[in-house]
Amino acid sequence: MITAERKPLPEIKEMIAPYRKVLLVGCGSCVAECASGGEKEVGLLASALRIDAKMHGHIIDIKEITLDRQCVYEFIDQLTGIAGQFDAILSLGCGAGVQALADTFPGIIILPALNTTFIGQTKDAGLWIENCRACGDCKLSYFAAVCPITRCAKGLFNGPCGGSQNGKCEVDADVPCAWQLIIERLEKTGRLELLQNIYQPVDWSRQLGKGPRKIHREDQSA
Amino acid sequence: MKIYSRLKRVLEKGHFAVTAECGPPKGADPKVIRSKGKILKGFVDSVNVTDNQTGVVRLSSLAACVLLKKEGLDPVLQMTTRDRNRIALQSDILGAAALGIRNVLCLSGDHQSFGNQPQAKGVFDIDSVQLIHIFRQMRDTGVILGGDKLSVPPDVFIGAVANPFADPFDFRVVRLGKKTTAGAEFIQTQCIYNLKRFDEWMKKVRDLGLHKKVYILGGITPLKSARMAEYMSNNVAGMDVPDEMIRRMKSVPAGEQRKEGLKIAAETIQALKDIEGVHGIHIMAIEWEEAVPQLVETAGLLPRP
Repeated sequence: MITAERKPLPEIKEMIAPYRKVLLVGCGSCVAECASGGEKEVGLLASALRIDAKMHGHIIDIKEITLDRQCVYEFIDQLTGIAGQFDAILSLGCGAGVQALADTFPGIIILPALNTTFIGQTKDAGLWIENCRACGDCKLSYFAAVCPITRCAKGLFNGPCGGSQNGKCEVDADVPCAWQLIIERLEKTGRLELLQNIYQPVDWSRQLGKGPRKIHREDQSA
Repeated sequence: MKIYSRLKRVLEKGHFAVTAECGPPKGADPKVIRSKGKILKGFVDSVNVTDNQTGVVRLSSLAACVLLKKEGLDPVLQMTTRDRNRIALQSDILGAAALGIRNVLCLSGDHQSFGNQPQAKGVFDIDSVQLIHIFRQMRDTGVILGGDKLSVPPDVFIGAVANPFADPFDFRVVRLGKKTTAGAEFIQTQCIYNLKRFDEWMKKVRDLGLHKKVYILGGITPLKSARMAEYMSNNVAGMDVPDEMIRRMKSVPAGEQRKEGLKIAAETIQALKDIEGVHGIHIMAIEWEEAVPQLVETAGLLPRP
């Protein structure tokens, strides 16, 4: 899933300060799972903004809505007809959601309430960890399903570096060394010989090469 | 006039090589490099120049190498993959070779979060093993990554690093093997304080026959004080300073600790000379270059060939 964290309240207040009528738009997908932009979080933020406005004698009209998916036009279409009634839309979607709204409503001010952080996994209650950088050329089969690009601080394909100590990364003693995990998992699954391979430089053009990427599938086109 | 790598010649002739490290200043002052070079000249075969070590901005390694070259030293250009992508790294090795630099040491580099630019984007386009391989291909086949031909290949002696003290221990020698296969010709190791562990590592190196494929130079960093020993043990990633070493440093008065540190270093060098497959030493006297001549002399490694 895409994870995100809500921006600090002062930053959000500063963004919406010029506007009287603001629509808060949540998303029921990834950011609901990571408890930053779902219906519940939209309600909490709306209340916080209303209380704050009242305390400071400001007049603000806040409405709330949460779409099942903020990055897909079929769901965004729910806002058609109401979006124009607001001075601004404050999105609690990920960066893709914010931009999908902007793409759909060219004349409306769209503001982000979240900081989109990473593609990750819900590891525990209240704990999310990053484990994919969407490099566009998955090599997890060689690395025992532990991504060195994401989980090694230096993104080494031929690691570990000299800073791996007691299974921890030199950058943060709380972070496991990805290469230690790779070696352990290769051993457990009887594939240690893969460690002898010299992996060639990554083709970053599949991730970063020509600006924003797109997937266009004829078989899925209308 | 053809320029040769002194380090390569010394090693090929079977001498026990001595290299030292020279850290560039945090400023544009060439005098610092020249004076460090003058201290080391005649006492070492080659001088490594670090590449913004620990992620701290310093005078560039290549510029410092050229300054040392002018002083008559044989520089080893350290290059990390942290700050430059494959375009810049390939370009810089061509530039270095054109300027008469004949040795390169390939590293991934300390992570940027340790330095004074923690908000920098770490490049890590390629890793050290890939860098070794790219440079080896450039030199031996005159081809860059992707297949384009070079008009003149870079004539450089290619080195890498090894840390026998990092984990997982059993994999350390596998990694050395990978670096050797990729094309490394000499290896400089992390500072050796735990001789027992180094000895175990060297045994594994010999078991794989790697000591016959690559020259291994053991890392030596003379301790300045007991505090430094404790600091390195607790705060420097991948460093193994055994408690007995710290105790030994503490057992002498503060004023005598530098002397004791040099004594330990000389003893370590003696021990390394007796380990089969160790081809030399690499002295990293951190901001203490003056210690190098004395240490080399005490260790009986003068005159240099």
